Amino acid sequence: MAIAASPCTDPVVLNMWHPISAAAEIKPGRVHTTRLLGDSVSYTLDGDGQPVAWRTDPALRPGMPVDAARITERLPVIDRFCFVWTSYGDPPDRLFSIPEFDESDRRTFAAASIGVHTSAPRAVENFLDMGHFPYVHTGILGVEPHTEVVEYDVDITEDNEVLATRCLFYQPLAALAATKGQMTEYTYRVPHPYVAMLYKTAPPDPSRLDAIAIFVQAVTEEQIVAHNFLCMVDHTNTDSELKIFQQKIFGQDKPIIENQMPRRLPLAPRAETPIRADKSSITYRRWLSDLGITYGVIPEAA
Amino acid sequence: MTWHPVASSADLTYRTTYHAQILGRELVAWRADDDAVNLWENRCLHRGSRLTLGINDGAELMCRYHGWRYANRTASCTYIPAHPADAPARSVCNRTYPVAERYGLVWGSVEPQDSGQAGPPAVDLLEAGALTPLRPIVVNAPPSKVADALAGYRFQPSAAVTQRPAAEADWRSYRSPEGGWDVATVERDDLRIILRATDGDDETHVVLWVQPVDAHRSVIRGVLDARPPDGSRLAVLRHHNHLLSRLRDRVEDQAALEPMPEPIQVEIAPVSVELSGMPELGAGRRAPLRVRVARKWSVAADVAGFELESIDSPLPGFQAGAHIDVHLPNGLVRQYSLTNGPGESGCYRIGVKLEPESGGGSVCLHETVREGDVLAISEPRNNFTLSRASERTVLLAGGIGITPLLSMAQTLRQSGLAFEMHVFVRDRRFLPFDELVSSLGDAVVEHLGLSPQQTATEIERILGEHTLSAQMYVCGPAPMIEATTRIADELGWPEESVHFEYFANPTEIDDSTAFDVALARSGLTLRVEPAQTVLEALRAHDIDMPSSCEQGACGTCLASVLEGDILHQDVYLSRSERAAGDRMLTCVSRATSDRLVLDL
Repeated sequence: MAIAASPCTDPVVLNMWHPISAAAEIKPGRVHTTRLLGDSVSYTLDGDGQPVAWRTDPALRPGMPVDAARITERLPVIDRFCFVWTSYGDPPDRLFSIPEFDESDRRTFAAASIGVHTSAPRAVENFLDMGHFPYVHTGILGVEPHTEVVEYDVDITEDNEVLATRCLFYQPLAALAATKGQMTEYTYRVPHPYVAMLYKTAPPDPSRLDAIAIFVQAVTEEQIVAHNFLCMVDHTNTDSELKIFQQKIFGQDKPIIENQMPRRLPLAPRAETPIRADKSSITYRRWLSDLGITYGVIPEAA
Repeated sequence: MTWHPVASSADLTYRTTYHAQILGRELVAWRADDDAVNLWENRCLHRGSRLTLGINDGAELMCRYHGWRYANRTASCTYIPAHPADAPARSVCNRTYPVAERYGLVWGSVEPQDSGQAGPPAVDLLEAGALTPLRPIVVNAPPSKVADALAGYRFQPSAAVTQRPAAEADWRSYRSPEGGWDVATVERDDLRIILRATDGDDETHVVLWVQPVDAHRSVIRGVLDARPPDGSRLAVLRHHNHLLSRLRDRVEDQAALEPMPEPIQVEIAPVSVELSGMPELGAGRRAPLRVRVARKWSVAADVAGFELESIDSPLPGFQAGAHIDVHLPNGLVRQYSLTNGPGESGCYRIGVKLEPESGGGSVCLHETVREGDVLAISEPRNNFTLSRASERTVLLAGGIGITPLLSMAQTLRQSGLAFEMHVFVRDRRFLPFDELVSSLGDAVVEHLGLSPQQTATEIERILGEHTLSAQMYVCGPAPMIEATTRIADELGWPEESVHFEYFANPTEIDDSTAFDVALARSGLTLRVEPAQTVLEALRAHDIDMPSSCEQGACGTCLASVLEGDILHQDVYLSRSERAAGDRMLTCVSRATSDRLVLDL
């Protein structure tokens, strides 16, 4: 297949931050290597536990010990929201914000990093979609006959994020801490072209919202690692139980989104057939077009 | 038009899908329960999901991602679960490809259908029947190279395979034993090769086709011209499988020495411009209730019963004679009377007569809507109300017009009020809800197979002279209602005792005029243009007006008229109501004066 594995040349994407690993999974002083945007990148933690990343040097093979101090050609790197992020270009000073992350009683952790044969925008769009709940997450996030997607609002915020609000959907078991079916209200947020977040009522405390995100690492245009991030109010279930729930949900999505053709997200309006339930994805596609993103998408013919 | 084999007929079992491919184009092949074979673009139009992941329920193929359903043969989308109320009033249709079954194989073409060719070119050798399709062999090599190799394919005639089996060693090395394996090329036509093997008196033909899956991938599909001798079928199939597998290995080894051609890039046709934008929010008729089709069953010839259950809150109450608007997945809105008896509040029941010649509402309900589907409906409205302060109540039903009268009959019985119900149908098979009708006992009289004239005579006899407080209710085809109201009038029944409900308005609507409508309470004046209805003009100015049938039959959009002359074009108002000139149905009626003043 013609998978575009050549290195990314999209300047917008090159200058973004990209997640490369859950911070907790990095062994200090050892070389780790992954692929990002068709290129190879290596990383480790230095003596102070700070991440260091560089373009892969064939002499430093994965698993080898490395003295981070001797790595001079470094890529920009940050450790944020339980993940390490890097960039091949000149990324913004700060990553987008998740205010809930700083609430002291939240449990925040990396839930799973799962390889998926699709593009980053297809994965983000699936994350924003409610209409598939009764068919893909049957009995958990949706169930027939509760299939209707009622009208909701989508805006581009002052911070230039996509924000969908008043998203209501009937869910038999919206979260692990839920015990019965209910109308669940979601808020969706796309704060970065390859990141999608959702907020929904935390079953133990209806006044607060659980936050769940996928940070997508674009390995190539059509190959990704979806890093699942949880920021929960739940104090009943163990980390392991919450991770397994999240992995189960994502495991149901994976075969579906791997069978979307073409894998890159088509931005031309006539490529696919939107319905009103797709308001957020229509907005997301336009927003990607406006940002000038060309990596992982099929741009609208000029 | 070039046809290629894409599958063995046996691959397309019921209730499964099959992934086919021609020249790089992915196709979904599936067999419906009526044996129609479908060959479509393997993509849901909505989000590009492969339909081979979908569910073949025998009549439709459902996408696994969002549950969109596509109909057998036409590939038109029949149901979008995310929007039960707001169906796109546009046709969403997947791309279909020409398909045929012949010689135990399924054939397709990625070129446009040309009318002259309903299938692949005939092979005379194979017309005798009793064919034996071979196991398909996938080869990772360009189709032309595979065809070239097949021209040199050598095999034994079927009868010889078990009688004079070649040594296993010869199969492995693909050498023919001394003296046998005489194979001649009968015909070579691009990707089709016909060979004849002879051995003494034994002779077998094989027809081999190369399915061009992609630039670098092929499938060998072969058919023997006759059934192998009894007991040797498996041996013969194995013989070819071994030999063709050897051939594949050789071709793949050779192909590996050269660079593989790039996969063929296929164009996916864009959807139409109308489909590419987000549909507008539905305006006008409201459908606040969501119901699930709990049961769909046959209640008479050509009549389906539907039991509709709420999916969340309890259903609103109703009165005998009430109807609901049903918003259909094809975008149409249709009215159906409830047949429920009093107190039957857990569900709504309707009866739908199949009318293939009408606009498509009943066809959609009969053919597309099924148990488990969600429909959007209006609250029940009643413009055909039952009076209980009557000493004599006559219910006259013509065919499917029985539905509101059934509800009335059950109500009257429940209240212990006497009534007579007369049902006119062609024959008993066409009597809807016959069990329910039977349960009403002696109150029901069936009139079977009467001509219009006989029906009129019978109605005249039934009605008789009007007696104090007697009421009659008629629902059925328009000619029956017209005859009944005329007869009642002749017999001296006062107009207010004659109640009727039309299914549809047979009047040819004149909408050529333009006029002003002043709204007394809102202080607005609107212009109604030709081809626009008063109702549309009101809605264009955000004036809320309920409506239902929007053809002048149900009475929902009734407005009081304070001034002006009305052109009545409905079948809802009685003669004296029309003559009074103080109300109109805003969906069809217009002004004969320049200006109307409505109490709105």
